Amino acid sequence: MPYDSIVCVKQVPDTANVTAEAMKEDGTVNRGALPAIFNPEDLNALETALEIKERHGGTVTAVSMGPPKAGEVLRECLYRGADRAILLTDRRAAASDTLATSYILSQAIRTIGRYDFVFCGRQAIDGDTAQVGPQCAEKLGIPQITYLEEVVAIQDRRVQIRRNMGHGWEIVEAALPVLVTVIASANQPRPPSIRRVMRLKKAKVIAELAAEVKDRMPDAAEEKVQAEAQRRAEELKQRGLLIEQWGLDEIHADLARCGMAGSPTKVHRIQAIVLKKEGFVSVPDTEEGIRGLIHELVVDRTLG
Amino acid sequence: MANFFLDNDDIQFLFHHLDLAELARIQEDDFARKDNGQADYVPEDAADAVDNYRRILEILGEVAAEMLAPNAETIDREGNLLNENGTVTYHPLVQQNLKRLNQADLMGFTLPRKYGGLNCPILVYSMANELISRADCSLTNLFGLQGIADTINAFASEEIKEMALPRFARGEVTGAMVLTEPDAGSDLQAVRLRAYQDENGQWFLDGVKRFITNGCGEILLVLARSEPEVSDGRGLSLFYCERSEKVKVRHLEEKLGIHGSPTCELVFDHAPALLIGQRQRGLITYVMALMNGARVGIAAQSVGVAEAAYRLARTYAHTRQQFGGPIERLPAVAELVTDMKIEVEAGRALLYETSYVCDLENNNLRVLETGLCPDKDEEKQRKQRGRTLKRINGMLTPMSKYYCSEMALRVGNSAIQVLGGSGYMKDYSAERYYRDARITTIYEGTSQLQVVAAVRGVSSGGLDAWCEPHEKRRYDVPLLTELQQQLIDARQRLHEAVQFAKSQAAGYLDLSGRRLVDAAITIVIGHLFLDQASANDRKQCVARRFLARELPKLKMNCEMVLSGDMTPMSEYALLAGPVPAAG
Repeated sequence: MPYDSIVCVKQVPDTANVTAEAMKEDGTVNRGALPAIFNPEDLNALETALEIKERHGGTVTAVSMGPPKAGEVLRECLYRGADRAILLTDRRAAASDTLATSYILSQAIRTIGRYDFVFCGRQAIDGDTAQVGPQCAEKLGIPQITYLEEVVAIQDRRVQIRRNMGHGWEIVEAALPVLVTVIASANQPRPPSIRRVMRLKKAKVIAELAAEVKDRMPDAAEEKVQAEAQRRAEELKQRGLLIEQWGLDEIHADLARCGMAGSPTKVHRIQAIVLKKEGFVSVPDTEEGIRGLIHELVVDRTLG
Repeated sequence: MANFFLDNDDIQFLFHHLDLAELARIQEDDFARKDNGQADYVPEDAADAVDNYRRILEILGEVAAEMLAPNAETIDREGNLLNENGTVTYHPLVQQNLKRLNQADLMGFTLPRKYGGLNCPILVYSMANELISRADCSLTNLFGLQGIADTINAFASEEIKEMALPRFARGEVTGAMVLTEPDAGSDLQAVRLRAYQDENGQWFLDGVKRFITNGCGEILLVLARSEPEVSDGRGLSLFYCERSEKVKVRHLEEKLGIHGSPTCELVFDHAPALLIGQRQRGLITYVMALMNGARVGIAAQSVGVAEAAYRLARTYAHTRQQFGGPIERLPAVAELVTDMKIEVEAGRALLYETSYVCDLENNNLRVLETGLCPDKDEEKQRKQRGRTLKRINGMLTPMSKYYCSEMALRVGNSAIQVLGGSGYMKDYSAERYYRDARITTIYEGTSQLQVVAAVRGVSSGGLDAWCEPHEKRRYDVPLLTELQQQLIDARQRLHEAVQFAKSQAAGYLDLSGRRLVDAAITIVIGHLFLDQASANDRKQCVARRFLARELPKLKMNCEMVLSGDMTPMSEYALLAGPVPAAG
């Protein structure tokens, strides 16, 4: 029996390669200073969906919310086997916190309509909140299973999933549709398929086309830019290479719940923490010595 | 993410330096014909095609570094499994590797798009083979054996092509070249495996084949004796045979290296087969073509494993502290490491040049054979050009196979030496690289056979034809002009040695073959380095050092040839000593 999956993916700054310019003065991330990559655990989520498609049939739709540049991660999804990709981009969605983001994503998922699974990476490496997936499930009113490590079985519109809780695992069962968040150890994401790359490398969202046109004709009027972008979009569409782009209107979002207005999260304080080595302590290689060390680590909350 | 394509400065330089756009135009018939595949991934123009090549290598580079290389050590230790029913089960990690290559959709690399292939030039394919070999030398065999698909494409009937090629391109099957027998190794004319027809004209195969790389593959190209009354190579034909219960693996060899590549003894028991091309042309036409392609593949495999060994030694020499500093500060170690690096670059230069010339020759032939020539004049020109390319290639291909494989041994050996005791231990992969590299001077024709093939080109015009444009080139940098003159003088010196060897008794040319071919290779690589140096300052230093090291050897080799010493043959019994007593 075929299953339709939706995978939420995010383009994130590569926080593994942080430089001094990584943070702006107001404490937000300076995206320009960091290379943009596919959020690693979202690739694991995509892989889970693609494996289900291979085993059972069905479709995989990738959804990303972000600036036009996020078209890059959607192409990566198409290269690996996604059937459809949708970019959610709208200026009014800027500065959304996890609550607003999950609202927008859930509206997009409702707009897509039919689905059996929604897969998300456990968390994004820029915010590390792990909130968006679960919040989406709440808003969609469907069950959620976090920390997927293995799909144990899918049968009769029920799924069994092994979740890794860090100190052990459990197998839980849920009725479909279900939202699942996936961790890195679930699988090794597949490489892009080169034949798909050669075909789909020209796939674009209209916002990317507009940016291209603006680059080419910096002095042109906005109307002219849009007209040219539209013309190029039509051409791509004819060749099946136009990646869908939705704004907040297309997903019937309540604007009060989007962007700055819909984001109650406030950054209270930014603290720059510089880790320094300060000498070393020699611990005697005895039962007592080790006990002392453990006690010390418990007291300063490194352990426990 | 680690990436064996992007982290390699030399490959990056050559990817831009070599005229891939021109190659793409030739490969794609100037993008004028739309029937070169209805595939939806046809490139629009040269820039698009080169962008595709780059993306292919980028993806493969990451797959090789992140997915294939980490498995190599376990596969080497555990090997593949022979089942009781005469089939082979690949090591689970070999299966995983093949799955990764399939997911990356890299099979059918050089096949036309008509059959679902990528239609890549051999140059890009050589780069790909090199990247895979750096990750796992043995895996290059399974990936590289898609070369037999090219032979099917070149010589088999449309029926066989339709049956086999799309499956290769989809990565559903792997193949094997089934040539060697217990009594027919280097001398394939002695092949005995019997091919016979029933009353309906259906062919069958009976007999035993030995040392068959990936003999457990699904599609076998089998050299067999179809004319029992003709005892030499003209009695042999090439057959297409799919694996079935009629073909069993009787034995898996235990080898020194490349443990991931199953080497099979195959028993054919009334196995149905299809004739490829015409009878009696099996060895003399088809297998020769097959082997030429495979030899370029082995050269690429050699460069890849040598690159891996060099990198390990380079890192170790930098981090290992002895005598109060890193060992790379010791002159002897510094020389070992720089020699390794220059030799790897030398091998790569020769390999890529050979691949490029193969592409020119193959495409020229393709245009002639498919009747794409607009007029008689062009046809005549192309035929003439084809003859020259064939002559040059007949020299460059065995040269590459010979030089790159011997180079891989030297570099592998040096890597162990740089690591010292640690290099001898299994804790490091140096010893694996060396063991893996060791086969490359043996299979697809030993070094000695490559020399026999290459010396023909050196002694009868192939070298001259290749050198002429390089000697006429003008360089802006005085150093390069000076080095070029040294190479021109060197060719003169080599020419004298060749003339002398030809004037001696029969057999002397063969006895001198290795020295003459070594000298010729120095000249060819020397010119290639000068060309690279014209676009890259570091390469000036590489060229200078390469010639400083190799030209004295060239002189020595020529001098030795001029000595006329025949004693290894004339005094064989005396010099070789008595045959050791049995037991």
